[in-house]
Amino acid sequence: MNQIPLTHILFVSTALFFIGMYGLLTRRNLITMLMSVELILNSVNINFVAFNRYLYADKLDGVFFTLFIITIAAAEAAVAIAIMIHLYRNLNSIDVEQTDEMKF
Amino acid sequence: MANYNYIAWIPLLPLAGFVLLGLFGRRRFRGFSGILGTGLILAAALLSLYAAWQYFGAGAGAAGVTAGGSAYKPILAMKFTWLSFSPGLSIDMSVLLDPISVMMIVVVSLVSLMVHIFSLGYMKGEERFGTYYAFLSLFSFSMLGLVLSGNIFQLFIFWELVGCSSFLLIGYYYDRPSAVAASKKAFIVTRFADLGFLIGILILSFYGETLDFGTLIHRLTTPSPQFLSITSASFLGFSLLSWGLTLVFIGGAGKSAMFPLHVWLPDAMEGPTPVSALIHAATMVVAGVYLVARLFPVFSLSDPPALGVVAYVGAFSALIAAIMACTQTDIKRVLAYSTMSQIGYMMFALGVSKYGGEGGLGYMASMFHLFTHAGFKALLFLCAGVIIHRVHSNEMNAMGGLRRQLPLTHICCLIACLAISGIPPFSGFFSKEEILLAAWQSNKLIYGVGLFTSGLTAYYMFRLYFSIFWRGPHGVRQAAGDPGAGDAHGSTPVSMNLPLVVLALGALLAGLIPFSHFVTSDGEPIDTHTPLSFSIAPVALALAGIGLAAWLYGTMSDRPRRLASAIGGLYRLVYHTFYIDEIYAFITKKILFNLVGRPAAWIDRNIVDGLMNGLASFTAWISALIKGMQSGKMQDYALYFFTGIAGLAVLFIYIWKN
Repeated sequence: MNQIPLTHILFVSTALFFIGMYGLLTRRNLITMLMSVELILNSVNINFVAFNRYLYADKLDGVFFTLFIITIAAAEAAVAIAIMIHLYRNLNSIDVEQTDEMKF
Repeated sequence: MANYNYIAWIPLLPLAGFVLLGLFGRRRFRGFSGILGTGLILAAALLSLYAAWQYFGAGAGAAGVTAGGSAYKPILAMKFTWLSFSPGLSIDMSVLLDPISVMMIVVVSLVSLMVHIFSLGYMKGEERFGTYYAFLSLFSFSMLGLVLSGNIFQLFIFWELVGCSSFLLIGYYYDRPSAVAASKKAFIVTRFADLGFLIGILILSFYGETLDFGTLIHRLTTPSPQFLSITSASFLGFSLLSWGLTLVFIGGAGKSAMFPLHVWLPDAMEGPTPVSALIHAATMVVAGVYLVARLFPVFSLSDPPALGVVAYVGAFSALIAAIMACTQTDIKRVLAYSTMSQIGYMMFALGVSKYGGEGGLGYMASMFHLFTHAGFKALLFLCAGVIIHRVHSNEMNAMGGLRRQLPLTHICCLIACLAISGIPPFSGFFSKEEILLAAWQSNKLIYGVGLFTSGLTAYYMFRLYFSIFWRGPHGVRQAAGDPGAGDAHGSTPVSMNLPLVVLALGALLAGLIPFSHFVTSDGEPIDTHTPLSFSIAPVALALAGIGLAAWLYGTMSDRPRRLASAIGGLYRLVYHTFYIDEIYAFITKKILFNLVGRPAAWIDRNIVDGLMNGLASFTAWISALIKGMQSGKMQDYALYFFTGIAGLAVLFIYIWKN
């Protein structure tokens, strides 16, 4: 069976994860940060699906987990966008550099 | 057996008075707080008299049948378990009736009643009138509870309550710094003594394995296992029984102002005068005598050396207090030292006594003297109250010639002075003769001290009497010159005169009570017969003392001053009461404060506080160091989070990988 090896897929998901993390830590725009978070979540999804396929081919647990993560990502996006709208109304900006009120 | 359940009401009525007046005395009951307190103590006094009549009179038949003789047996009127720790150890509350407790409830409730009535006039118009009566009721409750206590721990509780109410009443005029200082002094000195008392209780009850007086006395006077264990255990060469009894006596000595713990009593005269009459003359200060009498069988049968301590401390206190009383000029301080001296009499009478039969004369005499002394000393203080009310001064030098202005007080005071001096047929004569007789039969040295002191007593009492009521027109002019003194109060109110008359009748007639038929060491009545020839020496000495006082103070003269300067240094030594207060002050301020207080303060400030401060500043330093991490920036937090996760991953995958 001519198959793509698991390590290739894991390499893609790891790359995706660190791209998302880089975006999360360097972008100042909240929407871009949200997109980065989605990237991270999707890298996890790829992991789940890949491991399910390669290690436990007769089961569907990994796929179910992926479906849950997609649902939760949708809900999280809704909450995050609500926060952003509220932030924008207060600060006229969605730059995270300006939201540093909560400190010592 | 007769029904004695009502006895519990005797202390409970004043307690009710305290609660009611303490809660409502300032507003709602303000108008009649005095009447309320007095009415409740009147009821308690009537119940006490009825109890005495039942116990000594009608009850004697019933008790006699059971005892097979005419002895008065202790009766446990009621008893319930208050705190139960284990089957063997519980603290009970009980009411014990025996000759001395019945005699004491009569004395306490009657004197308390007189003082309550007297205070209606004396304290009239005081700002905190209701509070005053609340405190008086608290004291009456505590004292009645003390004398009725059936076990030693219950007695200790009431003992402390009495001390507390004494503290409250000495400091009644709390806006006066001297009163505040006096109340603190009384509290601290007696607390110091009570520490000894508490340790004594612990020793006795640990080895006696009971707190109950009857069982304790029985176990410690017969060769029981408990007796053998307490006498065989020893500490510093004395048996633990001696230690226990001596420590209990220290507690009694503190409360009864025996040397060297007497320093609080003269200062306690800062309280209102009726309070001095009740607490610091008639009742509370004899609690120490009562305590020794309560444990008397143990002292007498098992441990004569401890009883010897009682005798010598009592005799020495009697003598030294009488000497100090001779030089004081504050009328209440003279009476305070006189109280201390008379309590010394009671103590050494107990000390020279033996248990049972004719040998128990000293015990009976001591209780008799307690009884008569309560009457005439309360009378003296109340007279002093009338005089201070009139003259607005405690100084004898500001008085004089008051016999025309206060004729009734003059007569009453004269009776009391004659009674305390031991002139027949006044009450003090009978009790003092028996004390001296008991001392004569047992210890000639103590007899000599007692005899000399009785002469001194007559001298200083009549020095007081002549200074106040005679001694020329000096005082009259001063009293008349002070426009407020004579007119503001007019004649003395009935409420103040009535107690004087009642107590004067008591001082006149109490000596005729055949006391030895009622109160003896073992309950068996004894007959006392003082030989007439024996009375000659004390009475002659007393008359000599009166004569000397009359010569020195009967008229205005400079004789006292010349006498004082003739004996110069000795006079100053006595006038400053042997500098005992200064010695105490030196010991506490110079030695205790410097050697114990300052190092303790240094340790507290530098080591204890330093440890705490160091901890706090270390925490502050750490937090200052790392608080920058909490920047408020979301991405910093995300970075920390990922770093932490990565760190954990490295830790678990490469380091703790089993």
